[in-house]
Amino acid sequence: MTDTTTPSQLIQGRTGAWEIVMGLEIHAQVASKAKLFSGAAVGFGAGPNEQVSLVDAGFPGMLPVLNKFCVEQAVRTGLGLNARINKRSQFDRKNYFYPDLPTGYQISQLYHPIVGEGVVEVEAEDGSFFNVGIERLHLEQDAGKLIHDLSPTESYVDLNRAGTALMEIVSRPDIRSPEEAVAYVKKIRTILIYLGTCDGDMEKGNLRADVNVSVCREGQYEKFKATGDFSHLGTRCEIKNVNSFRFISQAINYEARRQIEILEDGGKIDQETRLYDPTAGETRSMRSKEEAMDYRYFPDPDLLPLELEQAWIDEIKANLPELPDEKRRRLMSQYGLSQYDAGVLVAERGKADLFERLLKEREERDPKLVANTVTQFVSTYANAVGQEITSDGVFRLTFPRVDEYVLLVERGVVSSRTAKELQEAMADSDDSPAKIVVDRGLQQVTDTGAIEKAVDEIIAANPDKAAAVAEKPQAIGWFVGQVMKATGGKANPAAVNDILKAKLGL
Amino acid sequence: MAIDAATVRRVAHLARIKTPEDRLEPLAAELNGILAWIEQLNEVDVDGVEPMTSNVHQPMRLRDDVVTDGGKVGDVLSNAPKSADGFFVVPKVVE
Amino acid sequence: MSDLTRLTLKAALDGLKAKSFSSEEITRGFVANIDAANPRLNAYVVQTTDKALDMARAADARIAKGEGGPLEGAPLGIKDLFCTDGVQTTAGSNMLRGFVPPYESTVTANLWRDGAVMLGKLNMDEFAMGSSNETSAFGPVVNPWKSSASNADLTPGGSSGGSASAVAGDLCLAATASDTGGSIRQPAAFTGTVGVKPTYGRASRFGMVAFASSLDQAGPITKTVEDAAILLRSMCSFDPKDSTSLDIETPDWTQSLGKGVKGLRIGVPKEYVVDGMPAEIQALWDQGVQWLKAAGAEIVEISLPHTKYALPAYYIIAPAEASSNLARYDGMRFGHRATDAKSLTDLYETSRAEGFGKEVQRRLTIGAYVLSAGFYDAYYVRALKVRRRIAMDFDAVWDRVDAILTPSTPSAAFALGDKQIDPLQMYLNDIFTVTANLAGLPGISVPAGVDKGGLPLGLQVIGKALDEATVFQVADVLEQSAGFVAKPEKWW
Ligand SMILES: [Mg+2]
Ligand SMILES: [Zn+2]
Repeated sequence: MTDTTTPSQLIQGRTGAWEIVMGLEIHAQVASKAKLFSGAAVGFGAGPNEQVSLVDAGFPGMLPVLNKFCVEQAVRTGLGLNARINKRSQFDRKNYFYPDLPTGYQISQLYHPIVGEGVVEVEAEDGSFFNVGIERLHLEQDAGKLIHDLSPTESYVDLNRAGTALMEIVSRPDIRSPEEAVAYVKKIRTILIYLGTCDGDMEKGNLRADVNVSVCREGQYEKFKATGDFSHLGTRCEIKNVNSFRFISQAINYEARRQIEILEDGGKIDQETRLYDPTAGETRSMRSKEEAMDYRYFPDPDLLPLELEQAWIDEIKANLPELPDEKRRRLMSQYGLSQYDAGVLVAERGKADLFERLLKEREERDPKLVANTVTQFVSTYANAVGQEITSDGVFRLTFPRVDEYVLLVERGVVSSRTAKELQEAMADSDDSPAKIVVDRGLQQVTDTGAIEKAVDEIIAANPDKAAAVAEKPQAIGWFVGQVMKATGGKANPAAVNDILKAKLGL
Repeated sequence: MAIDAATVRRVAHLARIKTPEDRLEPLAAELNGILAWIEQLNEVDVDGVEPMTSNVHQPMRLRDDVVTDGGKVGDVLSNAPKSADGFFVVPKVVE
Repeated sequence: MSDLTRLTLKAALDGLKAKSFSSEEITRGFVANIDAANPRLNAYVVQTTDKALDMARAADARIAKGEGGPLEGAPLGIKDLFCTDGVQTTAGSNMLRGFVPPYESTVTANLWRDGAVMLGKLNMDEFAMGSSNETSAFGPVVNPWKSSASNADLTPGGSSGGSASAVAGDLCLAATASDTGGSIRQPAAFTGTVGVKPTYGRASRFGMVAFASSLDQAGPITKTVEDAAILLRSMCSFDPKDSTSLDIETPDWTQSLGKGVKGLRIGVPKEYVVDGMPAEIQALWDQGVQWLKAAGAEIVEISLPHTKYALPAYYIIAPAEASSNLARYDGMRFGHRATDAKSLTDLYETSRAEGFGKEVQRRLTIGAYVLSAGFYDAYYVRALKVRRRIAMDFDAVWDRVDAILTPSTPSAAFALGDKQIDPLQMYLNDIFTVTANLAGLPGISVPAGVDKGGLPLGLQVIGKALDEATVFQVADVLEQSAGFVAKPEKWW
């Protein structure tokens, strides 16, 4: 592993250099049909309070009953994070008052979470890897939603989201830059999607991050790592619910600079919860100091300890899909892909799936060509139409059409230049690639008769140049260009070269 | 661990119960009486004793992931002090 | 007509089945009794007369067809802690005044399934926090019993005071109740009735307004041990909606009656002799020991060394759980909302200060305190450890005894207003009953005698977890031996 304390991550202040230290809490909504403790549906887009049971609304005498599927997803995720599964865990109540929290407490797991320590390997932008320690993963309920813009004097409460199962994944303070934070969240998101335990949809809030940011003087983090003593680190502020990669990076940058400014002015950081305001591009305090939270956690007496059988855990483990790290290593060794190409393919499971399906479809395919097709042609298109790639392709670029495209390139039917045109045409039409090639005359000319005819004409028209080639063989390039021009770029360059050499006596 | 008026104020706020200033001292006295009586628990040797949170000695039952509830906005809002358009209505919340 | 209301549940069920009288007749009898008595006894907070008569007529129709469940046609009173679909449920609190649940508690649903008739909702201490029914937002319940020494209104005990008073005063055949620290057994003892708290997990807590979830348990208050066996069986069930509900069969406990106690070993714990216990209570206890001995039981002196710590542990655990359970009463989705709050925080604080009474506020404050940062381990976790010590005390004697005999309460019913000044004095009412809640054990209170003022006194039998059968067996012998037939003189 590379050393994460590199000088490039230092922030220069007026009074010297600072380091950023971060731990993240990622809230991932479990992809379940029903809620964690009630039979109401989980979903998006229902009318207000339609997906609410009286349990979710906290009515008197209502009791929680745990959803087995959610437990299974937490175990799956724990296994995917290389983490310890705690065979005995327990649910605690986190007590606080807020209108989106119907019972006045959130059922969560503080003292005995379902998943303990683990570790995640993350690839940095420069291709190096760094490890982020996972402290725990626990199950908890989501809160409802407050709507502020329906009335100037009142807030509206929709409890559809209340009680939805969340997995909270808590990292160790191992993250050292905004870029690392983003790479870490992307990696967790990828793992969750591979596992199928969370859809990772950040726009819908199904994956969101709380970022704990602190700054310390250069060298202090090393001391913390050596001793485990948190006093070497600065006071941290928690930025709540950041729900896009861009905002994560912006929020951290702002917050680190804010803290450094305060410290350099001789001030001190208050441990507090802050909110990132993307419009203003700043973080601001959510709760004043007097409101300092005292959550009075205690074991939920409506529930019993959760006990898992080893056989069940083993069964879940045996059925885990191949995870991104494994897949990346395999793509590299099995297909000879570069770390970069393999990394791009596994970052979105659908890309890797499409890549492998294309390779399996036909024998003796060039993995590099297929990888490029997926990471460039198909990916660019997917971004443009805003859809995700799956093994079936994406929107117009269905698997059969992409397969046919690769085939046309492989067989030399299209040249690299006409391939570009074919790609553009495929994006605008549902015609088969072969039909597009014919309709638009994009096929490469390999008919030697046609090429010979063009070569003869050009040599005849330029006798002086033909003579000069004998002494200056690199001048053949000019003739190649002329032939390609004459054939509208469709001639097979290799054939053109061969014929020119023969005719010019090289 | 004697409770003073400031502690009562803090705890009453945690419990979200409005407590007039002139009630703080009497409440502190009352709570101190109860807590002094509770202090006798310190006589008990609890070394190595697991805290007992429940009398039930069976593992927790789990339910299947099936939608069996919801779709009852009428019931959900039936006792609301104020509601509109399917929402509960509460005083403006400033975040 | 009013004679019917003096019947036991068992006798009434037999009479209904034999069509000696109809459910409508006996229901009308109770309605008349309630109309006459409630202005003085204040046992009912809601009367559901129309509903009762509808249910009675439906029961009569089933009986006429030779159908009907084990409680067919029996008019019962329901503690206002149980949510009843379409009928106001308040748990004795202003916080829930006007609250109408759109759902039914499992316990009451079981009763209607078995054919019972609902007369109305019974008064109780607010959120079941109290031992005298004086914390109710609807005013105290009055005990039908009066001491020969004074005309003062007496407490029926609490928190199931309305249930106990209604059964003792013939305002229902039997009643549901709930017991968190003694709230079934203490009022039963104070009113000359029988009260059973089953093993924790026997009765579903679904739809029962929670006080302290790990301790709350529903049970019946009835006129006889047999009635208690009948009603408890209907109340109990495995309920998938309650994660702490036990997935076990509910036995027919009437089978335990008449078996005698020959060969049973009855434990008498020395720690239940407490300072300042009236001589009459000790005498009653001794009497109970003699009855059981005479019936062939072996009396074993036992020690439950941590008994004295049960109440202080309870007064940490119950308020802690309550402080969280009652956080949902915030004026947002149901219940009382203050009208002139200046901010959201003010709305919370004012609504709760207005909605909750003094004792509830006191306990919520204690509960928040013992869970708060810095005190959690010293108070709450320690109390949970002491709780285990208490449970271990019981575990240690079960190989030597089959059941335990104690007094139910340290005194007979006291006058309303007597113990309101000092909360600790009030808390001591539960000194003999609270251990069974902490350990989750079944307990029964059986009327066994009277004090010098002619007021009823109860004996308690505690059994092993799930061994209600032995508890009923012993209680039956105590009931037979005591021959307790006294009824309060009707003064209302
Ligand atoms: Mg968090
Ligand atoms: Zn969380």
